[in-house]
Amino acid sequence: MQIILFYTFAALTLIGAIGVVASSNIVRAAVQLLVALLGVAGLYFLLGAEFLAAAQLVIYVGGTLVLIIFGVMLTARASLKLLQPTRTERALAILSTAILLASLITAIVTTRFAQIEPVAHNAYLVRSIGQALLGDYLLPFELASVLLLAVMIGAAYLAKKRAPISREATR
Amino acid sequence: MIGLTHYLILAAIVFACGLLTVLTKRHAIGILMGVELMLNAANINLVAFNFYTTGEKLDGQIFALFVIVLAAAEAAVALAIFFNFYNNFGSVDVDRASELKG
Repeated sequence: MQIILFYTFAALTLIGAIGVVASSNIVRAAVQLLVALLGVAGLYFLLGAEFLAAAQLVIYVGGTLVLIIFGVMLTARASLKLLQPTRTERALAILSTAILLASLITAIVTTRFAQIEPVAHNAYLVRSIGQALLGDYLLPFELASVLLLAVMIGAAYLAKKRAPISREATR
Repeated sequence: MIGLTHYLILAAIVFACGLLTVLTKRHAIGILMGVELMLNAANINLVAFNFYTTGEKLDGQIFALFVIVLAAAEAAVALAIFFNFYNNFGSVDVDRASELKG
């Protein structure tokens, strides 16, 4: 059962990831990214991280992806056909990625990881995560809140409409 | 039996897809999607190591949670910059961003 589920979610993730690379239409790429993110959420469920899977669904699929699709719609007037890489660029990119992938897989296959038997299902997962966030990880947790505030103000300021900068400066 | 290696190889392939997206797409938002894929690949690694090597501890999951938060913040700022760029240049082709080129 676990094996079937793993291969299902892995296939979902890979289909999405390859779709993002292969599609030249940016809206299609966004939909493929949705498929990949759903597959990753399923993998989190298999790895005993239910809270993280839910967070992935809520934050990534419900938040970040919607934001990206809004971005696609708001900049849709730009012609999509011109945005293709040249053949040389594509060949170089594929070559360097293939080298990276080959070396990564070689490293993974040849390394012996000190594995232990996975522990049984943690019934108090959310409680443990909450205690860790407000205990050992209190400083990064608070820093994340400051960061989110800064991001909110910064994004609102950056996205504000104003006259093009170059003409303002010459006056 | 599914082991740690399966997850690591899957994450490596997803990371390669993300890198290829970043390298080949010229649409700024497409590049952002590639970055999201790479972050997800890193997250799969973190959670898989947490499941298979640390036992009761949850460090990997907490790390992955922070990565998700940072990815959301990064996407928001990146999109704000792209809107600004689009207002100034009327395009989202990253090769047009050459104002500072000497």
